[in-house]
Amino acid sequence: MKNFVPVFKRELGAYFNSPVAYVFLFIFLIATGGCSFWLGGFYERMQADLSAFFMWHPWLYLFLIPAVGMRLWAEERKSGTIELLFTLPVTLPEAVLAKFAAAWCFIGIALSMTFPIVLTVGYLGNPDYGVIICSYLGSFLMAGAYLAIASLTSAMTKNQVISFVLSVMFCFILVLTGLGVFTQALSNWFSVGVADFLSMFSFSTHFQSLQRGVVDSRDVIYFVSMIVTLLLANMIVLEQKKHQ
Amino acid sequence: MIRATCRSFVKSLSFLAFVIAYATSVSAKLAALKKGRFMIVVKDLVKEFGVHKAVDRISFEIQKGEILGFLGPNGAGKSTTMKMLTCFLAPTSGFISVDGIATDQDPQTVKTRIGYLPETSASYTDMNVTEFLRFIGEVRGFSGLQLEERVEASIQKCFLEAVRFQTIDTLSKGYRQRVGFAQAILHDPPVLILDEPTDGLDPNQKHEVRNLIRNMGREKCIILSTHILEEVEELCTRVIIISKGRIVADGKPDEIRSRSSEYYNIDVSIHQVDATEAAQKLKSISGVKAVEVLPSAQSGLLNFRIVPDKQQNLLGQVSELARKEHWVLENLSLLPGKLDDVFRSLTMEGRA
Repeated sequence: MKNFVPVFKRELGAYFNSPVAYVFLFIFLIATGGCSFWLGGFYERMQADLSAFFMWHPWLYLFLIPAVGMRLWAEERKSGTIELLFTLPVTLPEAVLAKFAAAWCFIGIALSMTFPIVLTVGYLGNPDYGVIICSYLGSFLMAGAYLAIASLTSAMTKNQVISFVLSVMFCFILVLTGLGVFTQALSNWFSVGVADFLSMFSFSTHFQSLQRGVVDSRDVIYFVSMIVTLLLANMIVLEQKKHQ
Repeated sequence: MIRATCRSFVKSLSFLAFVIAYATSVSAKLAALKKGRFMIVVKDLVKEFGVHKAVDRISFEIQKGEILGFLGPNGAGKSTTMKMLTCFLAPTSGFISVDGIATDQDPQTVKTRIGYLPETSASYTDMNVTEFLRFIGEVRGFSGLQLEERVEASIQKCFLEAVRFQTIDTLSKGYRQRVGFAQAILHDPPVLILDEPTDGLDPNQKHEVRNLIRNMGREKCIILSTHILEEVEELCTRVIIISKGRIVADGKPDEIRSRSSEYYNIDVSIHQVDATEAAQKLKSISGVKAVEVLPSAQSGLLNFRIVPDKQQNLLGQVSELARKEHWVLENLSLLPGKLDDVFRSLTMEGRA
């Protein structure tokens, strides 16, 4: 893993070398703020918590994270730099992990820049900071899972638009299966067991329990194993292209 | 019973002999590799993309100090072969070793021995030249002062001082090509693989890059692909011509040139003679197959091309005749043969 650091540094730098980072940060902060104040009714709730802020994250991530992740491999393939990268003494796991980590770190930076909302709620009332920290952790882990999907779809094509559309679709399915409305509809068609089983794989289900302030190892394991599995698939896809 | 035992004994003996013979041939090859006789060994290399065979049983060996020119029409399999040598693509079958290491055994070590300039001279265009080279250096395992030295040396060698802090995005094609070159030689590798290194450069830059390649060729092993034939003649100590994934010629540029139909033809320009008479006389020299009259731009000057019936030098006989006939010669020259000619005849076969 000795080449993890240079690749990671380069990749993170690539976000800030281009307008992508600034546009993304701007939109992300506007959107998270806007959603929690107007759609979420932050003040109207009269509660010193951030659920109005976090409840929108699965929906915002649905579009914003594929936008961050779509370039990861598709751009390298399109511009031919993938040939450069894989003829340097960089191993496949190093490259996949470093690129993923850089993008995740970038999202982490964006997420940490939402700190004024924590200050706001702290000024207005007496929030449970444990719940807030736990929700941030959940949000960050969920972002990782979204990103792993985006990274996988990005490795499958050299077209960033296709990569974006595919990852939005996959993420949407994983958000949907955990929503009450959808599981009810499912349980009408199939048995309740099937609907429950499907909802176990959903982002929403696991994020909701983390949002309540309970760090359940099952949820953490869910997100981590999701990331690991998707990144392994990512490596397999890239290895496959070598042998095509 | 005894016969059966005998037979099985003989069988096992012949099997043993076969094994020993095989082992010695393999060990001889390995010994040659270890001694460093061959920097690159390619054996029966095949690459299939679906049903299309891009590379079809290619074999060659390259020694240190050789500059090998890979020639071939577009789509002949040059780039695919190079991508397999650099471990970017895995061969469908066949064997490659670089500096004694098989690419399927230890690709990571092989990659450290190779400097590679990809066809598109692709680089991370959002970085500036120094940043980019520093990134390459870090991945190549350099750090601190050594890293700075390497980056600096590469910048100097590839004439990049003027643009060292410029974003690669904003550079012209010639500069980008040089950045790709700088990246390839940064770690001073024993093997350089260059996919169309002078593509897109102006004549001065081409000249500089060729000088660079020639200077490095002394202690390295260089493979370059190109479709510029003059480049091959100027640079390469050896040429391999590929067509439809197969090697159709392998040798020194002179050897390959000598296969040209023009080889040993003589061009002669004579002042103030009668065309038919002179042609007749030239034809009478023994060994001459044909004499053609070539168009002339100057009045009173006639150009002839003398074609020998087999490859032989008739220059002496022609000049002897000219002296006897008191011809006033403007030009008398032996044609060296054209690589271009050979290239076309080898790669166009079965096409039209």
